[in-house]
Amino acid sequence: MRRGAVRSMTKPTQRSPVEPRAELFPHGADVGVRGIGPTRDAAFEQAAFALTSAVTDPTRIALREVVDVTCEAPEDTYLLLDWLNALIYEMAVRRLVFGRFAVAIEGNRLRGRAWGEPVDRARQMPAVEPKGATLTALKVSVRDDGAWVAQCIVDV
Amino acid sequence: MDLSRLHRISDWEWRLDPEGEMRVPAVLYGDQCLIAEMDDKVLEQISNVACLPGIVDAAYTMPDAHWGYGFPIGGVAAFDPDLGGVVSAGGVGFDISCGVRNLLTGLKRQDLEPCKEALAHSLSRAIPAGVGSTGKIVLDESEMDRMLEGGADWAIGQGYGRAEDLDRIEERGCIPGARPEAVSHRARHRQREEMGTLGSGNHYLEVQEVTAITDDRVAAVFGLARGDVAVSIHCGSRGLGYQIGTEFLREMALAAPAHGITLPDLELACAPIRSDIGGRYLGAMRAGINCALANRQILTHLARREFAYFFPETSLPVLFDVSHNICKEEEHEIAGERRRLFVHRKGATRAFGANHPSLPDAFATTGQPVFIGGSMGTPSAIMVGPAERPERAFASSFHGAGRRLSRHQALKHWHGRQVVDELRGRGIIIKSPSMRGGAEEAPGAYKDSTAVVEAAHLAGLSRKVATLEPVICIKG
Repeated sequence: MRRGAVRSMTKPTQRSPVEPRAELFPHGADVGVRGIGPTRDAAFEQAAFALTSAVTDPTRIALREVVDVTCEAPEDTYLLLDWLNALIYEMAVRRLVFGRFAVAIEGNRLRGRAWGEPVDRARQMPAVEPKGATLTALKVSVRDDGAWVAQCIVDV
Repeated sequence: MDLSRLHRISDWEWRLDPEGEMRVPAVLYGDQCLIAEMDDKVLEQISNVACLPGIVDAAYTMPDAHWGYGFPIGGVAAFDPDLGGVVSAGGVGFDISCGVRNLLTGLKRQDLEPCKEALAHSLSRAIPAGVGSTGKIVLDESEMDRMLEGGADWAIGQGYGRAEDLDRIEERGCIPGARPEAVSHRARHRQREEMGTLGSGNHYLEVQEVTAITDDRVAAVFGLARGDVAVSIHCGSRGLGYQIGTEFLREMALAAPAHGITLPDLELACAPIRSDIGGRYLGAMRAGINCALANRQILTHLARREFAYFFPETSLPVLFDVSHNICKEEEHEIAGERRRLFVHRKGATRAFGANHPSLPDAFATTGQPVFIGGSMGTPSAIMVGPAERPERAFASSFHGAGRRLSRHQALKHWHGRQVVDELRGRGIIIKSPSMRGGAEEAPGAYKDSTAVVEAAHLAGLSRKVATLEPVICIKG
């Protein structure tokens, strides 16, 4: 596992050598979240996983509740922004943390599902509350090795 | 930062002349050491700000400037609507009207000692803080509208405070021009249970001891003396502000081409002040400001209640309340001409000097109190606006020293329990629901503000008055 990487919930596909993973990268007072995967969907799932890891250890989260979200945006970067901001909103208003994600993107529309549980401060020790996903370092791209990368800075 | 690109104006002021698409110069405040230590991103970001339409005079950075998103943290810029000037959601940020309120207690440190532990415990139970916390006030739609229009004035009307508190709050606790109808359902929903909550991250309620006085005359006017106990509240507009920022940032970024605006950095998302979206954002942002002012007012009430239990004679009057993430319409003198400008302060504090007409009478002879936040183990400072007007940088000063290490790096250096225990050994009580949060907020992760305070003082942005050390810190 690379430095800064957190455990992945998405298994790699047989057709791709790219292992899905989530990373945090530093940014001043805030934090960068990065998802890497064999597909765009997987990269978005991993970016969400990284978002949770900025708050708490995702492996401490029980997958007891399910929340569905849909987003629509003119391009991939805004779709990532909307996906992360939709999760931040659901975390805030439902007082939930999420530990598993599923994403299906068709055209400019994203259907996502997040599994999690209510915030348990004693067990999860959540450090910060994400305020919003920013346009800084916002990127959705394919690397030379075929891996999809989805990332941005999150204000915390 | 590469100093060779800058002209040295004085020991405390550096200038980058316009280059490329820059419409005005960038001016950086700080001594050579502070400027040299700044990330190159600061110069890149403030140069980008200098490219925005309608910018006036110069784009400024404060001595604590550090890499932000869009604007550097510690960035100041003003825009003229008559010149096609813009308002930028990125220039205000997500935490609309985040700021500091300071309360006087009339107590001395020795008064506090016998019940310090119990007071810390009571405050930690009374002040909702941290991820997932909720307040006891739940607003329905019509009450939400009244709060968004009324700010701290609304909160006082609900019984959270006293009418005289308004005399000591920026805009007397209620900024005009708020448009509750411009605040989305989602922003309202996010705020519904968050009134009177502190939040997380670097937000805090801190009981502090005044350990040094630098300016006796101003300190006397402010009601500060060595050994005094004060309370400092650092927080903002909570979920409502975050959601307003989120929504308008996206909308402004997508609408920029239609307004003929080329964004040098997407995060500088902005719109003409005189446009539909610009007007809606200003209305929503001002509602966010009022939300922050109401929030700090409720937290003041909660703190007063706990202090009154232990010290019935205390009333905790407000010294002052001022925001450091904001855009405000203000009048400034540019080349001898008075102009109405929209001043963005991102991680920068308004610092009006003596005799400024907008200040309460109490500060007419001194200038406005300027609060510089420390970390839970390093000192905070109270400064005052400059002695001479017109003030520099659209009457702005800095707001804190900024981080030395990222959150990620801090987690590798410290454990939360270790931080709390070390601070306790120094007589500082930390109450936080999250040990991980304690590690991320470790004092060592922040720069020492001493050099920045000195630089701001010598640069004439604000003047030193008092130093305050933490005694009890309630963290989110």
